[in-house]
Amino acid sequence: MTRAPVLILGARSDIGKAVAHAFAALGHPIQLAARNADTLAADTLAADKADLTVRYGVSVTCHEFDALATATHDRFVAELPALPEIAVCAVGLMGHQQAHERDVIAAGRIMRSNYEGPASILALLANRFEARGAGTLIGISSVAGERGRAANYVYGSAKAGFTAFLSGLRNRLAKRGVHVVTVLPGFVATRMTADMALPARLTAQPQAVAQVIVRAVKHRRDIVYVRPIWRLIMAIIRAIPERVFKKLKI
Amino acid sequence: MKLSGWGRYPVIEAQVRAPHSVEALRAVLNSAPTVIARGNGRAYGDSAVNPSATIDMRRFNRMLAFDPQAGQLTAEAGVLLGDIITALLPRGWFPGVTPGTKFVTLGGMIAADVHGKNHHRDGSFRTCVDWIDVMGADGAIRRCSMQENVDLFEHTLGGMGLTGIIVRAAIRLRSVNTAWVRQTTLPMPNLKAAMAAFEQAQAATYSVAWIDCLKAGAGLGRSLIMLGEHAQVADLSERQARRPLSIPASGTLTMPFDRFPSGALNRFTVRACNALYYRIGARKAGPRLVDWNRYFYPLDAILGWNRIYGRKGFVQFQCVLPLNSSESGLSALLTAIAKAGSGSFLAVLKRFGSQRSRFAFPMEGYTLALDFPVTAATFTLLDRLDRITVDHGGRFYLAKDSRLSAQTLRAADSRVERFVQMREDNGWTQRFHSAQAARLSI
Repeated sequence: MTRAPVLILGARSDIGKAVAHAFAALGHPIQLAARNADTLAADTLAADKADLTVRYGVSVTCHEFDALATATHDRFVAELPALPEIAVCAVGLMGHQQAHERDVIAAGRIMRSNYEGPASILALLANRFEARGAGTLIGISSVAGERGRAANYVYGSAKAGFTAFLSGLRNRLAKRGVHVVTVLPGFVATRMTADMALPARLTAQPQAVAQVIVRAVKHRRDIVYVRPIWRLIMAIIRAIPERVFKKLKI
Repeated sequence: MKLSGWGRYPVIEAQVRAPHSVEALRAVLNSAPTVIARGNGRAYGDSAVNPSATIDMRRFNRMLAFDPQAGQLTAEAGVLLGDIITALLPRGWFPGVTPGTKFVTLGGMIAADVHGKNHHRDGSFRTCVDWIDVMGADGAIRRCSMQENVDLFEHTLGGMGLTGIIVRAAIRLRSVNTAWVRQTTLPMPNLKAAMAAFEQAQAATYSVAWIDCLKAGAGLGRSLIMLGEHAQVADLSERQARRPLSIPASGTLTMPFDRFPSGALNRFTVRACNALYYRIGARKAGPRLVDWNRYFYPLDAILGWNRIYGRKGFVQFQCVLPLNSSESGLSALLTAIAKAGSGSFLAVLKRFGSQRSRFAFPMEGYTLALDFPVTAATFTLLDRLDRITVDHGGRFYLAKDSRLSAQTLRAADSRVERFVQMREDNGWTQRFHSAQAARLSI
């Protein structure tokens, strides 16, 4: 049986890579999309492509994709070798909150990388999936978007926007055969979080995120947490009254 | 962080770095006083521990190319052997040489020049290595093989990571028709009979013996010899033959205790287990069909089996004795072990074939591998075993070692001085260093 192609947006991220492996292991052809402007990045992506091909014997293609260059997104979709059945957006950028407080340019970049770019590409894919009447869109958002906190509200606010966008998209497409999954990973041990001291019990490996995504596609889940404990944690954080919350340091 | 090998002894405070790319790897090499590369931490002792910078290579885990004509795989050094099998066995390829665990990295197998149950026929891992890319002291990557940079190639195989950082390599796999092995078990009442059986079985692809090291007297060295051949499709049942290259998924167990009671393995429990194992094995004598995973990697089914020895950890002893002194040497070793009563679950005897190498462990003869819990008595016994080995012209496997002295190493192996000179001449001594290298002055 030939499996449907899976598009990975942000394919050089650790989560993007893990998701590519998980779908390739099931026999899906993979489309790796990443910003690979310089040769170094291109070499890395080529090696990732070789790895997927050797390990799983699936066909893999690489595509230049810049989430921030929204004007190029339409052409990017048009030039894909086939419209994917499943598209996973693992694009994201965390940066440092304190720097963002002083530097609005840097803050804007975080907002655009986590919200504008991902929303733009998923909007275009959504329209094509809608026309076809089938497909699954997966957005990797963040629990940081559930409530703004002093520690990372620039990143969090962008993720909040992305979460709301995914929710609206799901609502719009639910009756059109297109499924939208929102993934809220919590802490994940990746290069993005390499310099943070993460509590081991709350931290997932990228491979675990990938498995959750594969299951969410299969069972057509809407909103998935990678570690169930985060559902409880975020429920509590959301329930704290603002007059108390504003004085907390969490 | 606290770091040790698979034996969980010794435990050393070490800086661990885990670069993602060649550039990041070079930066670590340039910024640390000395470094050692580490794979999946399956060397038993302190081979892959360096207090100033231990480089975790497991992020270099991509397979880069597979040529189905030649059966040649090119992969980064951190790729696990188990992943290679998972990827390529369904297409009819199996490693040409495999150690007793699949949880080792490609780089680790090269650095230790590992051997398998087919050493008597096929030699060590080096026989399936086409080339190796090694990052040198200057940060440059050199390709070495039997054709280019031959000295680097020869010393990197079995060089325990002390010739540079293995970045990637090309290896050849063997073509197989099924994922099954025809195993024949031969119970042997004593060492003499066991050795005779090995000599008779030189044509077998795989041969290895489990040896009851607590049996003294007339039954000294009683063993179960296990021979193996890759099964053909015709050997399989109808159901197995439908998918000859896949095996039913089998579960794994995980050792539940971080602190298995240290005294749980004592001479009485081990003696009882060994006697029971021999009886069961003897009853199952004769040929039967075993899947690749159970045949080659029986212990991998128990994740974290190294915890069974308790918090203090355990040490491995593995030596090889030249053919002409094997029988007297093995008798002396087994007598000393039986007398000490400090038995091991994993006592393995194996016939090695001829081997070319500059620093790697194997040579033609017999190799004996045992493990012991860390106690004061164990170290006394091991010193005795060292002496017996040296007296019989034998040498030691550095991938298993955690306590050998620099003096004993030199007494056992005349190649050490040349290896040390090679390190000096190439500037490796100042850059590539491990706790083991410090202990052994190499």
